[in-house]
Amino acid sequence: MKGVREKTETIPPNEQKRTRMAPLGYPSNLLAPGQTYESVNETIGSIVLRNRQPATWWIGFVLAFGLLMLFFLAVSWLLIRGVGLWGINIPVAWGFAIVNFVWWVGIGHAGTFISAILLLMFQHWRTAINRFAEAMTLFAVACAGLMPLLHLGRPWLFYYLFPYPDTMGLWPQFRSPLVWDVFAVGTYFIVSLLFWYLGLVPDVATLRDRAKKRWQKKFYGTLALGWRNSAAHWQRQQIAYLLLAGLATPLVLSVHSVVSLDFAVVIVPGWHSTIFPPYFVAGAIYSGFAMVLNIIIPVRKVYHLESLITERYLNNMANIMFVTGLMVAYGYVIEAFMSWYSGDIFEQYMMMNRTFGPYGWVFWVLMLCNVLVPQALWSARIRRNPLTLFIVALFINIGMWVERFVIVVTSLHRDFMPSAWGMFYPTFWDWSILFGSVGLFLTLLFLFVRFFPMISMSESRELVAEPQNANAL
Amino acid sequence: MRMRYDWELSICLMGFMGRVIMTNDSLHGLAAEFETDAGLMRAAEQAYALGYRKMDGYTPFPIEGLGKALGKTNRIPLLVLLAGILGGCSAYFMEWFASVISYPLNIGGRPLHSWPAFIPITFELTVLGASLTAFFCSLGLSGLPQPYHPMFNLPEFERASQDRFFLCIEAADPQFDTPRTRSFLESLDPLTVKEVAK
Repeated sequence: MKGVREKTETIPPNEQKRTRMAPLGYPSNLLAPGQTYESVNETIGSIVLRNRQPATWWIGFVLAFGLLMLFFLAVSWLLIRGVGLWGINIPVAWGFAIVNFVWWVGIGHAGTFISAILLLMFQHWRTAINRFAEAMTLFAVACAGLMPLLHLGRPWLFYYLFPYPDTMGLWPQFRSPLVWDVFAVGTYFIVSLLFWYLGLVPDVATLRDRAKKRWQKKFYGTLALGWRNSAAHWQRQQIAYLLLAGLATPLVLSVHSVVSLDFAVVIVPGWHSTIFPPYFVAGAIYSGFAMVLNIIIPVRKVYHLESLITERYLNNMANIMFVTGLMVAYGYVIEAFMSWYSGDIFEQYMMMNRTFGPYGWVFWVLMLCNVLVPQALWSARIRRNPLTLFIVALFINIGMWVERFVIVVTSLHRDFMPSAWGMFYPTFWDWSILFGSVGLFLTLLFLFVRFFPMISMSESRELVAEPQNANAL
Repeated sequence: MRMRYDWELSICLMGFMGRVIMTNDSLHGLAAEFETDAGLMRAAEQAYALGYRKMDGYTPFPIEGLGKALGKTNRIPLLVLLAGILGGCSAYFMEWFASVISYPLNIGGRPLHSWPAFIPITFELTVLGASLTAFFCSLGLSGLPQPYHPMFNLPEFERASQDRFFLCIEAADPQFDTPRTRSFLESLDPLTVKEVAK
């Protein structure tokens, strides 16, 4: 991957300065021309170390914090009054909480995809976005994990889900996908946290060494754990990082597969399907990339990071988002086909009900957001324009939430016996949990941007040292 | 009047005294500072060839092959493999023990040892065991967290995390001899060669 950097000296300086063009005719560099170690350190480090944040940061933070307060209110009221506050009932026992859970877990997946899978494939275009995407994973999984807990009814007894030596002599039911979920999401959160922190240690060491203020030296010095950039440290950190990437790759596929098994193992029409695991994983990466784009486009603009997060990143992310979107669209087609082909009256009715039943309009919103609007990404001009890309990604994020609503609610509300049919109407508290969790996510993200380097400085320095990688096609 | 103990002053004094009575006992080593990674790499190879073993390179980003050139070994992959196997086996054992021995539930006569249903958790705990080991070994084997290290006595050292490359040959090396090692390091075309107090 790296080798001895003799090549650095053999490349003439004017070659590095020129912006190389890809065959497609757009700038293909991962680093703006003329970057040095110091310019990279300064661009990324000063965001954290200087005192003042732009006004946009404050406005965004205040809004996010307000939503977080709404979340605390909704959760407190829920703990006092119970899940009857929500619109859930029998037959629709899984309402917004499970929709939100699947949505948030999915959003997290792009972070692991960017940081782990692209690392294993030597894709250098992960460098400027991996730290950010990993942080996003962490916060999204934290939001996701809260949802089923709040749905438990008695959330304070959540530890019943763990195999601990209890005085009741009980064990969790290990054959249940819901218990698999606990292990899958728990492992995913821990591994994401370790991966993120291991990559962060060298960067907080840089901040420690650049810090001027006393609290900054202490804060970053503590987090750096005494990291001193020695060859032995790097050797261990690199091998552990690579191993964690290798472990996170199958893990990320397993997590959303297990989540999909929550549905697929059940015999409810519209859930009982073998395509669910791959279709869920594709959907997860789809929505995750949409979320990365929705966050990184404004951040790049506000903090003037265009020299590090170049157009090439946006274009590549748009490509992956588009391809996974087509996979998801294929999933929709196969779902419809299989319900007809199964010859099962309940499956066939499910599809009719899903498209033209009482929630039919939700299905068509889903088609609009997830299938129709993303077709705009065929156009290179739309992919490379941050504004249009942002809008398309926003549609996809909404569409993926709606998709989970369609899967959860329209499948449950009319299953077998017409006498057991019902409707689900979300209440104010349903919506406040959804928007409140967005507030939690964004608050954590704003604090992350304020206190941690959002782009990996050590990896950016590596790109500076290896212009041939920075400009590879 | 109560005296406040001034840590910073006392550390300064200790540093000053350390410099006054600088002998091999108070010397951590000699550090050469380089401007490029290639320069450091060449220096590391030559130092290793001369028989120096107790030394370390300090670089602002990982340089593949530098650890090897300095003779550093790495046991993490093996430990991670073992921990993964251990995690997986213990997860499967736990599921089997719970479902067959400790808490058997007869559900429509289905087999108690229903191994396909045990695979997801076995897999997750394999990954968890391996990941925890990878993380804690990578820090633990490096001796982190470590609040103090002599290298931080070198004022220029803060650039090792930013844009400079250092090679430090430690006084504990049997080959180490202050004037001889210094002239060797100076022959490698560094920016500076400095003594690092312990």
